[in-house]
Amino acid sequence: MANFYTDNPDLKLHLKHPLMEKIVALKERNFADADKFDYAPADFADAMDNYDKVLDIVGEICGDVIAGNAEDVDHQGPRVENSRVIYADGTQKNLDVCRKAGLMGMAMPRRFGGLNFPITPYIMAADIVSRADTGFENLWGLQDCAETLYEFGDEDQKARFIPRVCEGETMSMDLTEPDAGSDLQSVMLKATQDADGTWRLNGVKRFITNGDSDIHLVLARSEEGSKDARGLSMFIYDKRNGGVDVRRIENKMGIKGSPTCELVYKNAKAELCGSRKMGLIKYVMALMNGARLGIAAQSVGVSEIAYREALQYAKERQQFGKPIIEFPAVYEMLSVMKAKLDASRCLLYETARYVDLYKAYEDIAKERKLEPEERAEMKLYNKFANALTPLAKGLGSEYCNQNAYDCIQIHGGSGFMKDYACERVYRDARITSIYEGTTQLQVVAAIGNVTTGMYNSIIATYQDMPVSEDLKPLKDEVEKMIEVYNKAVALINEINDPEYTSFQARRLVEMAGDIIMSYLLITDASRYESESMAKSAHVYVNMAKAEVAKHSEFIESFTPAQVEYYKK
Amino acid sequence: MSLNIIVLAKQVPDTRNVGKDAMKEDGTINRAALPAIFNPEDLNALEQALRLKDANPGSTVTLLTMGLPRAAEIIREAIFRGADAGIVLTDRALGGADTLATSYSLAQAVKKFGNYDIILGGRQAIDGDTAQVGPQIAEKLGIPQVTYAEEILDLSNGTVTVKRRLESGVETVKAPLPCVVTVNGSAAECRPRNAKRLMRYKRAVSPSEKAKLSEEQQAYVDAHPYLQLQEWGAAYVDADPEQIGLAGSPTKVKAIENVVFTAKESRRMDNNDEQIEDLVKELIANHTIG
Repeated sequence: MANFYTDNPDLKLHLKHPLMEKIVALKERNFADADKFDYAPADFADAMDNYDKVLDIVGEICGDVIAGNAEDVDHQGPRVENSRVIYADGTQKNLDVCRKAGLMGMAMPRRFGGLNFPITPYIMAADIVSRADTGFENLWGLQDCAETLYEFGDEDQKARFIPRVCEGETMSMDLTEPDAGSDLQSVMLKATQDADGTWRLNGVKRFITNGDSDIHLVLARSEEGSKDARGLSMFIYDKRNGGVDVRRIENKMGIKGSPTCELVYKNAKAELCGSRKMGLIKYVMALMNGARLGIAAQSVGVSEIAYREALQYAKERQQFGKPIIEFPAVYEMLSVMKAKLDASRCLLYETARYVDLYKAYEDIAKERKLEPEERAEMKLYNKFANALTPLAKGLGSEYCNQNAYDCIQIHGGSGFMKDYACERVYRDARITSIYEGTTQLQVVAAIGNVTTGMYNSIIATYQDMPVSEDLKPLKDEVEKMIEVYNKAVALINEINDPEYTSFQARRLVEMAGDIIMSYLLITDASRYESESMAKSAHVYVNMAKAEVAKHSEFIESFTPAQVEYYKK
Repeated sequence: MSLNIIVLAKQVPDTRNVGKDAMKEDGTINRAALPAIFNPEDLNALEQALRLKDANPGSTVTLLTMGLPRAAEIIREAIFRGADAGIVLTDRALGGADTLATSYSLAQAVKKFGNYDIILGGRQAIDGDTAQVGPQIAEKLGIPQVTYAEEILDLSNGTVTVKRRLESGVETVKAPLPCVVTVNGSAAECRPRNAKRLMRYKRAVSPSEKAKLSEEQQAYVDAHPYLQLQEWGAAYVDADPEQIGLAGSPTKVKAIENVVFTAKESRRMDNNDEQIEDLVKELIANHTIG
């Protein structure tokens, strides 16, 4: 009888952020739905109460049902029969319970049957689901795709497909192909038009999560003879029309409950979503940004379960006559795990809030012209969101892998056996720093924000925030870190060689992340008066300081000519 | 075919998570220390009711509970999970009831409710563990009862077919409607609370809860009939004062003993078949086991 929402007080705290008032007002258009829908909130407090109560349902389902099924799902996994995917029994039960609880289409507008939740509480649900079963978070989290349908589909498409998602039909995004992974502009799946204008899809997609879903968003080449991104369009394929077979599913290391499919499109009927040629350039980029935030949430969920498993074991396991948590080597490891967990969670919700703000403005812009100051705000929040998303995904996923590694380490030999959840957590964690863009690609997405000073603009927003007395010394430390960071950035900008910048990019992006997460922990711990976050702030800043110094030392003592030693 | 389904439920102290302060010195339950929850097997019964509703569109599921006014909490929970309405049978005069008085009071409420096709309830409540109330209600209403139900297999043509889970196996029985079915904990888990239903009905209140709200909140409830839960008293259900509450309860608690198990003697034996077999024989002989 566990509740993964109420047993984790930090979640409620993050929901209390002062920006929520603005987010809710924008998202609810000053509560205009209250007269039309009996489940719409009447004011800010009512909306917050709704989020709290619905997250309580999420927490209960995760604690009572999904977490309990995770081990069986991991062992059984899905299978393919007659070109269709059959989920593991536990996965099917999880989906059923989420449908009955009405947790699909959470962020969709009410007129399509959704709950009209902002991204922030929705992402919090993802964080909770991932802790219960990381692989299941994928199936559940693919409801994100409805966001892309909502943003770029026409009214008729929205009215036909989004209510189905809200009722519990699942989605997939069919992007990757055997020869187009990170490099999506090489996508070859062919889209052609019949004489009557009907689009047909032919070709193969690979590594498609939940590839046998009900509604697919498909990236395909609609412009014959084209070779780059400008020849790609986005299509909607409805499984009810048939024409796509599942050839096989991958035998994976982790997230085994989530079927990863190879799909064969055989003249499958599809419909164009949005404008031709904008598939990759605009729509998939939007889709990926949403998905990346989802993986950032998934990563935080993994960090959470890894930390909890490790903590419990360290308290119970006795060696040399006392629980191992009493040994410095163990308690340090645990506190660093907790600090990484807390830091990545602060960053996750900071990012989610900015996504919420700019998306709400974008949506309002569909209804009326934005005022100049609203437009300016939208642009700024969009930039902040785009800058923070690769940090949240890239660094959050690396942290969850480190936490999963340390979780096994704390379990010692037992952790290497299949008897404890930690080995599953370790395998499940591994994909988070790979899919939806590897950490290396997140660095590519992030580095521009280093060199242009965008991260400095974000950091500047924290510098005036109130900090509790005991954390002020930490703030001074972070200010010193910023100086070191600025010096390193200046060095790279001075050399101004794209390849050299790429070579040093990971270090620079990590430094920015260290500083931003340090600041967030300090300001959040002060704002929420959280002792545990304050403790994590101390631990994290100690680590971040050393990390920043390490990277700075590397960059300062390095010369571009040395790059040659690294080339094969 | 649309059905009128009544689900009997009880709000109980959560005896599954008993801490050291769960019992008072006199041996009675310290209700303040235990959270009040929806009796688990009543949730199994609710699920069976909701499945009947799913299969028979237009049906209504009404929760009926007897208890303190705060029992409205479990009505809201049932509504969040899919029930349509609920009634709290509450009255000072009903207090102190044993199973006989309780079943009489509930049977009176069912009669007042009138037209019903089937009554479902949990096998037993985790506080009293008697399993008597459901069957007694059936007796008082003069209708058939099916106990230990695990699944309602079919309901058609005025007959319900029920799979019963018994100690020795499974039995499938048929009963004419209306009847009482008490549901086992081995039946399907209840579906979760639904997000939209929760947001829609979170302000549903009983009259006594409404009385404690601000004027503005009261006006809101008045304007939204679906937020009004019912509260019935003993007189409303035409209950005979002699048959309810303490007066109607022949069960009198003579004494409560606080039993603390302490081992007075111990015996060591070696880990071999022979000695274990001797011990088993001895335990059978003195009726400790077997």
